[in-house]
Amino acid sequence: MSEFLQQLLNGISMGAIYALIALGYTMVYGVLRFINFAHSDVFMVGSFAAFHVAPRLGSGAVAGGMAILCVAMAASALLGMAIEKLAYKPLRGRSTLTVLITAIGVSLLLQNVGQKVFGAEPKAFPAIFPSRTFHLGTVVVNSTQLVTIATTLLLLAALHVVVHHTRVGIAMRAVSFNATAASLVGINNDRIISFTFALGSALAGAGGVLYALNYPSIDPLMGTLPGLKAFVAAVLGGIGNLAGAALGGLVIGLVETFVSGTRLSTYRDAIAFGILIAILLFRPAGLLGRDRVEKV
Amino acid sequence: MLEVQDISVGYGAIAALHGVSLRVGAGEIVTLIGGNGAGKTTTLRAVSGLVKPRSGRILFDGRDITGWPAHRLVAAGLAHVPEGRMVFANLTVLENLRMGAYLRRDRAEVNRSLGHVYRVFPRLEERQAQPAGTLSGGEQQMLAIGRALMSKPRFLMLDEPSLGIAPLLVKSIFERIVEINRDDGITILLVEQNANLALRVSGRGYVLETGRITLADTAAALQDNPQVRGAYLGG
Repeated sequence: MSEFLQQLLNGISMGAIYALIALGYTMVYGVLRFINFAHSDVFMVGSFAAFHVAPRLGSGAVAGGMAILCVAMAASALLGMAIEKLAYKPLRGRSTLTVLITAIGVSLLLQNVGQKVFGAEPKAFPAIFPSRTFHLGTVVVNSTQLVTIATTLLLLAALHVVVHHTRVGIAMRAVSFNATAASLVGINNDRIISFTFALGSALAGAGGVLYALNYPSIDPLMGTLPGLKAFVAAVLGGIGNLAGAALGGLVIGLVETFVSGTRLSTYRDAIAFGILIAILLFRPAGLLGRDRVEKV
Repeated sequence: MLEVQDISVGYGAIAALHGVSLRVGAGEIVTLIGGNGAGKTTTLRAVSGLVKPRSGRILFDGRDITGWPAHRLVAAGLAHVPEGRMVFANLTVLENLRMGAYLRRDRAEVNRSLGHVYRVFPRLEERQAQPAGTLSGGEQQMLAIGRALMSKPRFLMLDEPSLGIAPLLVKSIFERIVEINRDDGITILLVEQNANLALRVSGRGYVLETGRITLADTAAALQDNPQVRGAYLGG
């Protein structure tokens, strides 16, 4: 029982990070109908931004940790907007395949520039929040996990408010439903797309910091695997669906963690991709997605 | 108010409009009639900036608006209720209407417009918290028109407002269109399959055939024109 609770906690904390990254994939898909494969590298840049500002903003205290998190999110948001403006915007109206291949190119570019600028060897990520361990019976609760879960919940709540109760958030949903109709009510689609990239990238940046807190060794290629799993989470939840991305992230995190605790632990990375194949075969619209005919 | 001068529009290698010219004066209701594929929808799409003409000019209030993006034209006072209504099905009725006022910053003024739309279409107020996708076709048409009114336009284009709607509702929607023109002083350009109905509420009309204007006259004269009667008014 206590092992189950322990794994449950680990799984939720891992799932929270996947959820944060998955939201960016799903939001961009919502407005532009393509998978932004450079998203996983924005996640990586988020953790490096935190790594580099940490000595200056004072690690180890809650306020300092929050400040570092905010800087990482802002840096990621700016990077996301820059990628959209420079790489994807000139391709507006081209086929999805063109944009998709460009996204893979941007991803490779960021990974290689990252190795040049940050160095290819792994860096030790500092404990930017106060670290403590609690014992609840036989369950060990790490404060890092609590920070991860609390931060994620806070960001999800903030995202909900933005998407449902602000003008720009509702406009984002409008563009994602029908871009033509959105332009006919006066919405500048380009601006909303830019905003969407900023929002999704900020969440990925937060994910990058939280991931580095849990696995405190960062390198420029670190984004690939968590990025791919978060992409699976977005598909699992129903691509384009925000609640689905959060749910999908949680499911992937839990499944992966529970598999790690069994004799199948060497297959933990394969599990996520097994889920992807299964979902594409049996329920392509995802858990919360609705079948929608692609319009032409 | 609107002056379309000799515009040609094409999709890829296919030409949809060959030198279409028309004008709509302030306060008028003008109808564009024509068969399927004649270019009616394309004409409206060119005016509202959804497609760029290959040649020709479009003037709005004497200003050359050719090639302006759609969102900029909304700010200039032009609204377009597109074919198929295109309501945001994932948003509530109220959210759809608020999106209609996307460019307007004065909250009190926007709320006044909302009250006005609810007076014109009381059904929308009853359904304001419902997702727009759950509305009937007629209600969606009301919502699409209401959403356009929320931008406080001076010029309104309606593309097939009667399409796929119960006959009883069609009559009511056309009465509202006349009211919007008469009471709010909004100039209207109408595209309609149901030419009988459209000509009855309009002052003037144009007949569009395979991308060309073939007739332009007062609505009364078009209704009496034997050619028009034969082709569009069912004899």
